[in-house]
Amino acid sequence: MKVIDRLRKSAGMLRNIPHQDETPFLVVKDLHVRYEGLPALSGVDFNIETGSRVAVIGPNGAGKSTLFKVIAGVLKASSGEVRVSGHQPQGHICIAYVPQRSEVDWSFPVSVADVVMMGRTGKLGMLRRPKAEDWELVRHCLELVGMEGLAERQINELSAGQQQRMFIAQTLAQEAELLLLDEPLSGLDLPSQEEVFLILDELHKRGVTVMLATHDLGMAAARFDYVMLLNHKLLGFGTPQEVFTEERLKSAYGGHLQMIPTDDGTMVIGDTCCDD
Amino acid sequence: MIDLLLDPLEYAFMMRGLVAAVIVGAVCAMVGTYVVLRGMAFLGDALAHAILPGVAVGYIVGDGARAPLFWWALVAAVLASLGIGAVTKGTRVKQDTAIGIIFAGTFALGIAMISSMRSYAVDLAHFLFGDILGVSNGDLWLTGILGGGVVLVIIAFYKEFMVLAFDPVLATTLRLPTNLLENLLLVLIAVTIVVSLQTVGVALMVAMLVTPAATAYLVTQRLAVMMALAAGIAAVSGVVGLYLSFYLEIASGAAIVLTCTAFFLLVWAAQSLGLRLNSGE
Repeated sequence: MKVIDRLRKSAGMLRNIPHQDETPFLVVKDLHVRYEGLPALSGVDFNIETGSRVAVIGPNGAGKSTLFKVIAGVLKASSGEVRVSGHQPQGHICIAYVPQRSEVDWSFPVSVADVVMMGRTGKLGMLRRPKAEDWELVRHCLELVGMEGLAERQINELSAGQQQRMFIAQTLAQEAELLLLDEPLSGLDLPSQEEVFLILDELHKRGVTVMLATHDLGMAAARFDYVMLLNHKLLGFGTPQEVFTEERLKSAYGGHLQMIPTDDGTMVIGDTCCDD
Repeated sequence: MIDLLLDPLEYAFMMRGLVAAVIVGAVCAMVGTYVVLRGMAFLGDALAHAILPGVAVGYIVGDGARAPLFWWALVAAVLASLGIGAVTKGTRVKQDTAIGIIFAGTFALGIAMISSMRSYAVDLAHFLFGDILGVSNGDLWLTGILGGGVVLVIIAFYKEFMVLAFDPVLATTLRLPTNLLENLLLVLIAVTIVVSLQTVGVALMVAMLVTPAATAYLVTQRLAVMMALAAGIAAVSGVVGLYLSFYLEIASGAAIVLTCTAFFLLVWAAQSLGLRLNSGE
């Protein structure tokens, strides 16, 4: 941990805007986004406190990725605003967006350690090469996700779960304080999903805020502090108990939801759009 | 055998040609690494063709002198890449269509301009297919300085270009100046094309950009190694191609490109054979 502290001290002053503690960590206010000419999000409002774990659910094309990209400062909002620690996302290098695995070029000629080191590119600064202590940090990040032995592997040789954990290690190297994970659990078997959750628990202890898009409603209810139900509009945001009502889910998914009535109310099996 | 290698070197034009082929090959291959990884081959081909009107203007203005060609060609390449961006952004047309429109339009303009000159056939052929044996000492200096500059920029921004090629969204969240880097890469491609004009010409340029880099891509899984290997393959292809052109009396640009292609096919064949042997065991 010494290495991280030292690097944080040397780099932190350079680019990180001082975080204002009195305002909520993430504020989204009356957000409207058009994507490829169509309205993707309209009138989305919410606040998220530091260190919260939020599952974002909604059918395919509901605007989950769009929301994440706007919060990350990659896409522009048509109107409304996003504030991270009181500032526009474009001013932060502490926001990490982990793409869906299908969007990554896995045959790109880089090693696992190279990809994790990419997370430090912003902190290193232009024209600087990674030093020994940066590689030490990368090794440490890989250790935290249980991949220290795989540093020199080509990224194509990893399992789906390892690929996901590599990207989380990259966000650790980036020293991200807000993690936006786009369907990280799709295609992962249960043990791999569990490994990801163990790492997320560790991040939670460090005060990292996590938003995770998923189609697994059961997982969202069981493992997250808050659930956000999205379908172009914000249809619900609160604790799982507050959000998972039959009425709300039907308004988001229409008929694409399997519900099985049980003694203690309605049990949702899952949405029918995806394989996870 | 030694004589076969040494004989051509008695000619000063062969010496200059060999030096030019090595420099141009290495520079093209290093820039080409990003062209291959980002799937920009068509854009590279288009930019190469789009410099023709610039070359023509330079030829007319400079009255046949070489140095003005460089600068006019560079202006044309930069304008063409900006034009492609403008058509993509300003219309509903997709990028490859925009490239096609600008590419064919500028190329036709170049041919029209050159065809109005007196020695049309000879000069057009030089621009299209290169004239490496006509490289002067002055050309060599310009090639060395500009090519060296391109290599230095690629090394200086190595990690930034790597992030941008691998994951543009990550580059944005790391707050790298992505627009600046994108444009810088386009300018690097443009300078590389202009530097290589005399060696392989407009028509075969894309081969120098993509073939050695693609060959290296087949055998390595590390970006830095791919770049170095691509540069090596291209430099060797340049030398081998030039010797072949000397003894077989074929066009030098074509000989160099064919050597690059042969390397690619050899590596590919060796690899598929190796795979088959491995799976057969």
